[in-house]
Amino acid sequence: MSFLARLGGGCQMNDIKKRNEIDSENVTENEIYIENVSYIPPLLEVQGLTKLFPVKQGIIPRTVGQVHAVDDISFTLERGETLGLVGESGCGKSTVGKSLLRLVQPTHGSVMFEGRDIVGMNRGELRALRRDVQIIFQDPFESLNSRHTVRKILSEPFIIHRRGLKAEEKQKDEQGTEAERKQNETLSPKAEREKKVCELLNRVGLDESAANRYPHEFSGGQRQRIGIARAIALKPKLIVCDEAVSALDVSVQSQIVNLLLDLQQEMDLALIFIAHDLAVVKHVSDKIAVMYLGQIVETSTSEDIYRAPKHPYTEALISAIPVADPTRRPDRIVLKGDVPSPIFPPSGCRFHTRCRYALPRCSEETPLLELATDNSSGGSAACFFWEDLKLPHSQTKEIASK
Amino acid sequence: MALLQVQNLSVSFDTDEATVGVLDDVTFQLAQGETLGVVGESGCGKSVTSLAIMGLLPKPAGRVTGGEIVFGGDDLLSYRPEQMRNIRGRRISMIFQEPMTALNPVQRIGRQLMETLQLHRPQSNKYEQIEICVELLDRVGIPEPRQRLTEYPHQLSGGMRQRVMIAMALIHVPDILIADEPTTALDVTIQAQILELIEELQRENGMAVIFITHDLAVIAEIADRVVVMYAGRVAEEATALELFSQPLHPYTQGLLNSIPSLGGIPKTQLKTIRGMVPSFANMPSGCRFRNRCERAQQICAQEIPKYFGAKYARSVACHFWQDSVVDVK
Repeated sequence: MSFLARLGGGCQMNDIKKRNEIDSENVTENEIYIENVSYIPPLLEVQGLTKLFPVKQGIIPRTVGQVHAVDDISFTLERGETLGLVGESGCGKSTVGKSLLRLVQPTHGSVMFEGRDIVGMNRGELRALRRDVQIIFQDPFESLNSRHTVRKILSEPFIIHRRGLKAEEKQKDEQGTEAERKQNETLSPKAEREKKVCELLNRVGLDESAANRYPHEFSGGQRQRIGIARAIALKPKLIVCDEAVSALDVSVQSQIVNLLLDLQQEMDLALIFIAHDLAVVKHVSDKIAVMYLGQIVETSTSEDIYRAPKHPYTEALISAIPVADPTRRPDRIVLKGDVPSPIFPPSGCRFHTRCRYALPRCSEETPLLELATDNSSGGSAACFFWEDLKLPHSQTKEIASK
Repeated sequence: MALLQVQNLSVSFDTDEATVGVLDDVTFQLAQGETLGVVGESGCGKSVTSLAIMGLLPKPAGRVTGGEIVFGGDDLLSYRPEQMRNIRGRRISMIFQEPMTALNPVQRIGRQLMETLQLHRPQSNKYEQIEICVELLDRVGIPEPRQRLTEYPHQLSGGMRQRVMIAMALIHVPDILIADEPTTALDVTIQAQILELIEELQRENGMAVIFITHDLAVIAEIADRVVVMYAGRVAEEATALELFSQPLHPYTQGLLNSIPSLGGIPKTQLKTIRGMVPSFANMPSGCRFRNRCERAQQICAQEIPKYFGAKYARSVACHFWQDSVVDVK
């Protein structure tokens, strides 16, 4: 629990209101401990999140096993902060992202968004939640309805959510001068939506004429801009970017990354940035969690994780990243073999089958994610020997110093 | 003499509306045992170049409209289909980005390997062939190769499938291996394994490799010489060392600047190239990069920049390449 408190650190002395909103049933040990101090829950607090997918076989399907997609992971995220989730394909990072919007139903654990647990929410509550939490997918072509014009795609959030919008929120929505507000009031709902759509398109760097066109008429980068416009339409507090820039060409990728950084600053957005490209993740994130086979093996700030990785897997992952500098062709740490099957994850430390430092203890006991702090760096790691290993490998150090 | 010489190659594709020139005047050479990196964004023509070399342009839409591909003293473009079949797989082999689409999903790995083997070594009997297959799979680092022969492609992981493809390409050790985005669909750790394998095989067999990718960092790791392509033309050609230390074409400079580096400062704005790649139906006149170029002047719209031999073994297609020499950090 100690690392959680450290990562989160959402204690403040001045607001009792939010604290009272927390349902007494949901008060966990952690919260009782700080009950006497008034407490603002972090924007997002994930505890013990687990998702198992059943494996079915036979003519009359019977569950014969379980895929441990996400296994007991915990983290917190503050307002305006970016958490990068990295790991190889199949490590469960997308499942985590989808769980945060309850696009998949977690098997165990809790996901607290502003102190409310989304796991037990009903449909109405979920709809309200999704005003605050949005997602951007890897392939915007698949996530945008190809039979709708961009106008229709971008007005839909307003149509769906306007109905349930409370008066105060509506007011908050329409900040600006008195004259502007008055003008807005006189607009019909349709004209108002139209205005919003244009604003959104401008904001993400598209022309207003784009509203009349269909998704297939745009290039990949432009489609991703539409995806982003839709995600920010309702001014969310958290956006999950699931491989949002992975399919784009380098020159376009940098444009989209810049747009996300801009929007984050402007709207005080929190981002969960899921990607396999570590260089991009490092560039956009405040802190990074490295996942392996459904578990977080290391968390740290994005500076420290590259300068001083604590977990052997992180070290190998970093050394495998190609660097655009032919004068430095590194001794890569080439991991042997593939990621083991998540249906039968290895005993003990899940990485021990591919770890070059593994000892007998690693296959017998499971290391917990613990604080791993030395003189120069913080973070936490799930490795028995992080202190003795004195990572990083010299080559990784060299990359970090470049 | 160069092993392979692509000279002024132009390729066009017929679409419903018009004929579009996809490659325009592409020229480069490949020396024995060398690794040539071909880099560019999607739609720049890098894959079409490799398909043209292999004689695998989709027919009847794709046509070579000019130039020549000289290999072993002959122009491959003048070869009859059966002559090309003797080249493919024996002298020039190719591996693709997504091995799942290149492998037959309803046939066992062993059968697919043996089919290729039969084509190239018809004299051997079945037992010999199985042994050769086991040896090949073992060579590319597949554990328990004998058992893999009886498995289907979907039972293997992405990295393993790519290894099977490489094994297939190596049945005859080719003079040239064309690798078209072989690691793009793979995770970094698996990518490192495959890069290592290709380098190792190259050291052993002395084959030349054309490595096509959009990832400049991968190019920096593996290539000796680099061809940068943009919108169907070669923008710049240089050795890897020169290209990364002193890019001359504004496009190359833009690309290099827009990749975030591990040593960079997080949460700062990245440099970008404004706009986007023009479509083939709607190419700007003169230099195709001019709409996105900060250096563009009137001449860029009027004249196609020629390849300037900026230094030995180095050329760049920009009217103002000399400005870069001063620009260099």
